[in-house]
Formats: sequence, structure tokens, C-alpha cells
Amino acid sequence: MSDLRFTKDHEWLRIEGDAAVVGISDYAQEKLGDIVYVELPEIGRKVAKGAEAAVVESVKAASEVYTPVSGEVIAVNDALGENPAEVNGDAMGKGWFFKIRLDDPAELGDLMDEAAYRKFVEGLE
Amino acid sequence: MRYLPLNDADRAAMLAKIGAAGVDDLFCDVPEAARLDTRLDLPPPAGEIAVEREIAAMAAKNLGTGRAPSFLGAGAYRHHIPAAVDHLIQRSEFLTSYTPYQPEISQGTLQALFEFQTQVALLTGMEVANASLYDGATAAAEAVLMAMRLTRRRRTVLSGALHPHYRDVVRTMAALADAALVSGGARPAGDEDLAPLIDGDTAAVVVQTPDLFGHLHDLRALAAACHENGALLIAVVTEVVSLGAVMSPGAMGADIVVAEGQSLGVPLSFGGPYVGLMATREKFLRQMPGRLCGETIDKDGRRGFVLTLSAREQHIRREKATSNICTNSGLCALAFCIHLTLLGEAGFTKLARLNHRKAVRAADELAALPGVRLLNRSFFNEFTLELPVPAAPVVERLAGEGILAGVPVSRLEPKAPELASLLLVAVTELTTDEEVAALAAGLRRACSEKV
Amino acid sequence: MMNHEGRPTAVTPSGDAAGAAPPTFTGNRGLDIEEPLSFEQGRDGVSGVDLEDLPAVEDRLGGLARRAPIGLPGLSEPEVVRHFVRIGRRNYAIDLGPYPLGSCTMKHNPRLNEKLARLPGIADLHPLQPVSTAQGALELMAELGRWLVTLTNMSAVALSPAAGAHGELCGLMCIRAALIARGDARRRVLVPESAHGTNPATAALCGYVVDPVPADATGRIDLAALKAKLGPDVAALMLTNPNTCGLFERDIIAAAEAVHAAGAFFYCDGANFNALVGRVRPGDLGIDAMHINLHKTFSTPHGGGGPGSGPVVLSAALAPFAPVPYVVQDAAGFRLVEEAAATAGEPVGRLKAFHGQMGMFVRALAYMRSHGAEGLRQVAEDAVLAANYLLASVADVMPPAFPGPCMHEALFDDRFLKDTGVTTLDFAKAMIDEGYHPMTMYFPLVVHGALLIEPTESESKDALDRFAATLRFLAERAKAGEAERFLEAPRLTPRRRLDETRAARKPVLRYRPPERPEAAD
Repeated sequence: MSDLRFTKDHEWLRIEGDAAVVGISDYAQEKLGDIVYVELPEIGRKVAKGAEAAVVESVKAASEVYTPVSGEVIAVNDALGENPAEVNGDAMGKGWFFKIRLDDPAELGDLMDEAAYRKFVEGLE
Repeated sequence: MRYLPLNDADRAAMLAKIGAAGVDDLFCDVPEAARLDTRLDLPPPAGEIAVEREIAAMAAKNLGTGRAPSFLGAGAYRHHIPAAVDHLIQRSEFLTSYTPYQPEISQGTLQALFEFQTQVALLTGMEVANASLYDGATAAAEAVLMAMRLTRRRRTVLSGALHPHYRDVVRTMAALADAALVSGGARPAGDEDLAPLIDGDTAAVVVQTPDLFGHLHDLRALAAACHENGALLIAVVTEVVSLGAVMSPGAMGADIVVAEGQSLGVPLSFGGPYVGLMATREKFLRQMPGRLCGETIDKDGRRGFVLTLSAREQHIRREKATSNICTNSGLCALAFCIHLTLLGEAGFTKLARLNHRKAVRAADELAALPGVRLLNRSFFNEFTLELPVPAAPVVERLAGEGILAGVPVSRLEPKAPELASLLLVAVTELTTDEEVAALAAGLRRACSEKV
Repeated sequence: MMNHEGRPTAVTPSGDAAGAAPPTFTGNRGLDIEEPLSFEQGRDGVSGVDLEDLPAVEDRLGGLARRAPIGLPGLSEPEVVRHFVRIGRRNYAIDLGPYPLGSCTMKHNPRLNEKLARLPGIADLHPLQPVSTAQGALELMAELGRWLVTLTNMSAVALSPAAGAHGELCGLMCIRAALIARGDARRRVLVPESAHGTNPATAALCGYVVDPVPADATGRIDLAALKAKLGPDVAALMLTNPNTCGLFERDIIAAAEAVHAAGAFFYCDGANFNALVGRVRPGDLGIDAMHINLHKTFSTPHGGGGPGSGPVVLSAALAPFAPVPYVVQDAAGFRLVEEAAATAGEPVGRLKAFHGQMGMFVRALAYMRSHGAEGLRQVAEDAVLAANYLLASVADVMPPAFPGPCMHEALFDDRFLKDTGVTTLDFAKAMIDEGYHPMTMYFPLVVHGALLIEPTESESKDALDRFAATLRFLAERAKAGEAERFLEAPRLTPRRRLDETRAARKPVLRYRPPERPEAAD
């Protein structure tokens, strides 16, 4: 999919019109292990690129999720409250975290596409 | 040395295996300048007989509450501890184990903590409780920090009838978080109204019941005022036995309840170790500091218990943890749990009512003394007497006569001369009629001579 | 063979594997007895405590009398005693065997200390009774303080902190207050990556930005990196010594000099003081503040996770900022300074409701007095000797993470488990089946799959030999491809591996009675 972008902190982002859906990559969920809790941002919050926007917890680790782009949070995946396992089961789909309205589409240029990210992850192993 | 199993032959054999010429080789990384070779000015080793003799001699210089009529309270209470409590907490499996990091071989501690959390939630009328904190005062400070995180506000209102030491601990800790504290003045008459101090920037209101002066407070209107403004109500209880006789703070609308649990199972010990209790609503759980024990199942499907939600804690979250707390007050929490289990519903509620009824009788007897006035219309097991003379010298004089007459408010509020004549008097199930009579006679003498 | 009562007294080996007993009716397995929650037992009207009848007076509860039942079960004393004895038997304990949790110092807890803490005149002493009636207690606190100050060569001690992390808070608050007093509030606190989590958490609690300092290839602080990070906005360095890799920080004096040259303070985490007591005084290393875990170095019992006690020794520069209350001695005897205004210094405030963990002070002082200064030195030497002996006994099958000698604890990484399919966690669980409490796992974070072993001075050579032989056996089994032994462990415990994910996803933190069907009217 060409509209997918990734960060070096293992967030993914999918562009939907003037907004983007953000989650953590399959690689990240596997490293964290069983996800037990996701703390999501408030709707309406303005976040700057690189700011901490969510927290994801497994039994043995906690990790901040940074927003890959600046903008306003317009939706969050409330289903994760009841069922954080979605992040393990479908990180790139049902396990999405929040949706953000882009301030500056030019910021997308700094992100990796899927092929580049795959190469980046291979380099980590 | 009776605690060291190695003899010189062992040490030599071990050094040989290591390939070291002497033990100094093992300390080779210590810079020369810091290798201690002088004798320290400290005593030589001593056997049990000598150590016991020395420490017993220090103990003998004190007037323990066990051998004097004692009316001391103000945050620490002398209660009977059933013999079974002290026996059980000294069993090796509880005394000499550590934090249950390996749940398969720590189910005893974990099950006790689960029962403790349940007891604390039930007593306080809240949904969830943690596995304990250091003491009531630090629990109060942690509650204020927790409320600041939950509301993202800085302003906190402290009742003027909050125990002054609790107030000071809250101040000390909250200053680090840049909190703005607003404090009501001391209100010994029990007529404080905090509602006007609450505004839309208020994170929390901290109120104690029974308060420092012993007054009981109906928190329902205050809770409503907090909630209208988006603030949280933190209720502080320094005498946990009161919860057997009075309505729980949770039932009155508190959002966080903190308490000192010393009264159940934990000796006075000159102020510590004690056990801080903290309970809250389920929705605030993630911001609650301290250890938590939770139920789960094992590989074979059997019920078991583990420490849980530890991603909030410092060993995982490091600088982003909810608190820097690492330990809880394990053995004191266990003593609390065992004592309350022994009491049960019938025993605990009776113990509370016995404390109260004895206190009512004592209050009336003491208030009948000439020049002495009882400030309380309501109270649990502690009340405030206004004496015709400053209270501290009276207490000092009665101590000389072998009576521990209570806590003069000036001990806690030395900068408030208007409170100098106030005496806090606590009565528990251990207080006898003869002791009350002795206090009455002592107060009569001390007050009349000075008037 | 039959004895005269006609019972067989010999057993015939059955050939069955151990533990192959059929499931029992009760779920119990011999001495391992299942015990429900207290809340699942009991009945109305029963209590394990008898109290006198209530005096016949009117309540004066201001209309706030409790009306709703609490929900506590009613049990008699025999039931309560049995309950806690049964569940207690499901705990491992130092009194049962080695408890080699690195950085926790699980040493023997002398029973004399328990007896003394319970003496009349100590256990029944109220914190607010007139100090004229508690002179012996203040003397004891002053004496404990003298020992701590002498053993560390520091200027002053704050006794009130309730635990190690509370002591860290106290020390860092004193540093913060000293900086503010000289008009030089600073922002950053440097913390090595190998530090206990409490260090960064404490620094953050004090409002500081935590700046990690890397370790060098020998597992110690990288002095050049430290110097590069020092600057006018650094408030303090927090360093553990010996560090959490069990190594003495060789460059510690140089680090202290660099920290002081930058106008910052040097906080030492004293969790590992057991390795140094009587041999090295932290004051001689340039330290400004250090907490001492009485429950580690000075043997006060760990009690299933507390209570601890964490007095903080302070340099002359920080002493004026020590929190209230503290004990002073003058011609009239001992006094307690309880109010900030009553002091010559500028106390950071109050950290605890009362004067500190007195019950722990008594135990710690009894421990110190029993050993004397030479005995404490022997403690440090035996603890360091035991760790190095253990390391030497297993190093060929479990290579240490860093070259030795180590101090009081030996650190291994998981290289020896490479390609075995066994993780550090699995290895630890197999130790449980062998009757040992595992070592600290996955800490410090700077080492992959860390196993941190602290035997303490309380183990005999025979006990160390047996423990080392067990480690060797397990390491060899793992290498021999017996992963199953580890992955299924523990098998012989009252509970097997517990589902921590389930516990965290849907937290059940208290008992709730089963829903009762509504009574039909």
C-alpha cells in the first residue's frame, strides 16, 4: 500500500484525505509482547510532530507513542480500552491508535515508505 | 561471629578457587585513597546477652504506654494486638521473604495482599485499593500528586483540621510538583466550611475525618461541591478503627481515601513502621501509585495471584512512573490483614463501638472538671478538651506522675498560641475506668493549682 | 518386613516418575494444602476476638453512624491461624534457603533483633509522648545515627526516610534545596543507564530532567561521557556504588571531583553498601548524600516487601537542609527538633508523619552492635568473597557479563543460553523446581537477559557449592538441548507459571461476593 508511512520509532501512519491514522507497527507490537493497556490522547488535542501522544503497555514494558506529524487529534480507537489485544492481533488495522488532521502535509516527506521501513527493521535484527 | 558461617579454612579454600592471594585482591578496584585501614571509633562485637542488656537499658529509660495510663493519639493509637497476629507475622515464610517477584513461590504473600486490598476497599467504601504505602501522611501526599495528574490542575485545598504533620508532608512533597496549596486556618470547633475555597482550577480538597480535633464530618456536601468544579475529594482517616462505626468516606462521595492503618495489628513503636492505606475509584486506577496484586490463573488453570499493572511503576517506567515508590509496607499490611481477619465483621464493628462508647463516657467525666470544656459535639475515640491553663505543662507534669495525659495541640502547632490550652485525649478498648479516673484526678490537680 | 503391629514399614520402588501421583479428591497434595480466600469462608456472628460489653451510653457520632455492613467474613482464631499458616507455606523465604536476589541483599534476619524491637519501652512507645519520657528512644536513635555517620564518614544523618526510594527523595531534596539556597536552581540530573528505576523516578519527582549516562566496556560509568554531560545546569549525579553490575566504580573519586568542579552534587545510591561496610567509607569518595537501606546492609527483615528504612547520610554542605524531625543532645538530655522554624538550618520539610522507622532502628542497631566494627568489615569481605567464589565456580559454563573481580554480586548475561531455546526467565523458573529462589532477572538493563546473583555473607561454603553445582547442572542441561525442562518449569510448585497478561488486561484487584439471585417476594 503506497499511502502507508513509518517512523524510526515504529509508528505507522495511513493517509485518509486531509487526515492520517496512526498506530504502531507489527514489529513494535511483537517486540513489546502482549499489549495490556493503551493510553490514548484526548480528542481535540493539538500535537506537534514528535510529541508524545499515546502510551502502550505490555506486562513488562511501557512505551511512548510519538505522533509522526503535527495536527489535531480528531478520533481515537476506543475499542482498545476494552480489547488492547487488537494491537497484537491486527497492529496495522483494527489496532490503530488515533486519527489526526494534518497541519502540514509536507511533514509526510520525512517518513519512510513500507519498503524503506522493512529495510530499516532488517538492519535492527 | 554467630551470623557468619565461613571459617578461615573455608575462606582460604574459596580464595584459592578464585585465584586470589587474599581478600584485599577482591577490593583492588577501590582507589588507594579510600581503603580504610584505621580502626573506627565503634564498639567491638557483642553476644546476645550483652546486646540485649544494652538495648533493654535504653528501653527501660522510656515510659511505655503499656505501664502508664495513656490517652495519646493524634495519628497513632494504642490498641490491643491479639497474640496470634504477632505469632503469624513472625513466621519465617512471611518475615524473611521479599517482594513476590516470583509468583509461583510467593502465593502466600500475594494472597494476603489480595485479601488486604479487599479489606481496605471495603472499609473505605471504595472500588480498589493498593497493597499499601509507607504511612498515612505519605499516602496523603501521594494522593495530592495523583489528583494533580488526574485533573491536570495545581491548586489543592487543605483543611485546617488536617493533622499538621500530614499537612507538612503534603507541603514538602507537593512543593516539588509546583502545587499551589491553599489552607484553611485551624478550626478547633469543627465548623470549617471549605466549599467557598473550591474553584474551577482546584485539583483536590483534602479533608480529614475524624479531624485533628476529633470532629466527625459529613463529607457529602463537600464532595458535591468538589465534583461541580471538576475537583477530587481526598478523605484522610488517621484512626482506621473509626471506619467500623462511622459511614465510610466512599459512601460520602470521596474520590481517593487515604488512611493510617497502624491501629490494626501494628505496634506504636515510637512512630514507625506504620502502614499507609490508599483506595480510589476504578477509573483512577492507572494513576494510583504503589504496588497492586491481582487475580489470574496459572498454566494449569488454577486461581493464583500476581503483582500487576507494574508498567505504572519505577522499575519499568523509570522517570515516567506514577511515583518513585519501590516497596510497600508488607509486613505491617500483613499484620493489619490478620488482625482484621481475626476481628471479622462482628468483632471489628464491636471494637469500633467499644472505642466510641468508652470515649463518650471519658469525655463526659473529664468535661465535668472545673474549668475544663469539651469542644466536640461529635467524635469517635478522640476529643479535644480546652483547659483553663496551657496544656503542654500539664501534660509534662502528669507524665512526671506516670500519666500520659494526651497530646497538647501545641506539640503539633507550636506557632498557634490560641491553641495552647487544647488537649487531645484518645480512649481505646484498652482504657480502663480507673485510668480515666486517674487522668481526671491529675487534671483537676494540675489545672486548679495553676488557675 | 512387618513390624509388630502388622504394618509394612518398607517401601518398594514403584518405578513411577516423581510427581506422577493421580489427582487428589481435595486438590491438596500432601503438605501442600489448598486454601480459599478468607472472604470465601466464615459465617455471621463468629469472631476470633472477644471484647467486653459495650457501656450503656448514647452514641455521639453526629448522625454519621455506619449503617451498611462492611462485608468482612467471621472466622474463629483456629481458622484464622490455619488460614495464614497454610498460605504462608506457599512462600519461599531466606529461612528456607538461599535467596540470591541481586541488589536486594537477602541476608539472615537475626531473631534477637525481633525480640528487642518488641521490648516494652520500645514497641509501646507513642511518637508524641513527652520527650522526657522517651529519652532512651532518642538515645537509641542518636546511637544509630552515630554508627551510620562513623561507618560512612559523613557529617549528618536524616533518619526519617521510610525506605530506599524515600531516602533518595530526601537526598535529592536536600541537593535541590542547597542549590536553590545559593540561587542556582538547576535542571538536569545525570543517571547511569544501569541505575535502579527509583533513581530516575526520584529525580523526575523532584522536577528534574533525567539525562542518562552510558556505561563503558567494563560495565562502569564512562568518565569521559560523564564529563561531557556536566555543565552549569546539572544539579547532581546519581550513581550506585558498587554499581548494579556488581562492580566498584573505579573512577568514582575522579567522577566526584568533576561533579563538584561543575558546581553539582554527588548522590550515591547506597543499596549496595553491604559490599563496603567497614572497608570503604563513602565520605572518602567525595559523596554528598547516600541512603542506606537498613533492610539490606543491616538485616532488618524484608517482610514480603517492606517495611524498609532508608536513612540518608549527608555531607557538611547538605546537613543544614536535613528534614525534620531529628534528635539533638544538649546538657538537659536528648531533644527532638520537630519544627523547621526551630532549627538553625533550612530543613526541606517533613517526609513522614513521625520520626522514622523506629522498629527498624532497633533491629539495625542490634545487628551493628552484635557485629561491632570488625564484624561488619568481615560481613563485607565474606559477601564479596562469596560472590567471587560463586562466579569462579560457574564461569566456565556461565561467562560473567564483565571481567572480575566483582563485589558482592555476580552478573551474567544470557550468552550461555544462546540457541538453546531457553530464556533467562525459563532458566530462573527451573531453579525454582530445584528448590532455590531465582536471582534477579533482566536487571540491570544494560546487559542482555541479565542474571544478577547476590549470595550474601549468610551462606556457608557447602551451600554455595550446592548452589553453584545446581547452576552448572542447569546450564549444561540447557546446552544439551533439554529445553523442555525449562519451558515447562516450574512443575513442583503450588502454582505453575501465572498468566500475567490476563491479570493486567482485566485487573481483578479484590474479592467480590458472587451475585446472589434476587429473593422472590
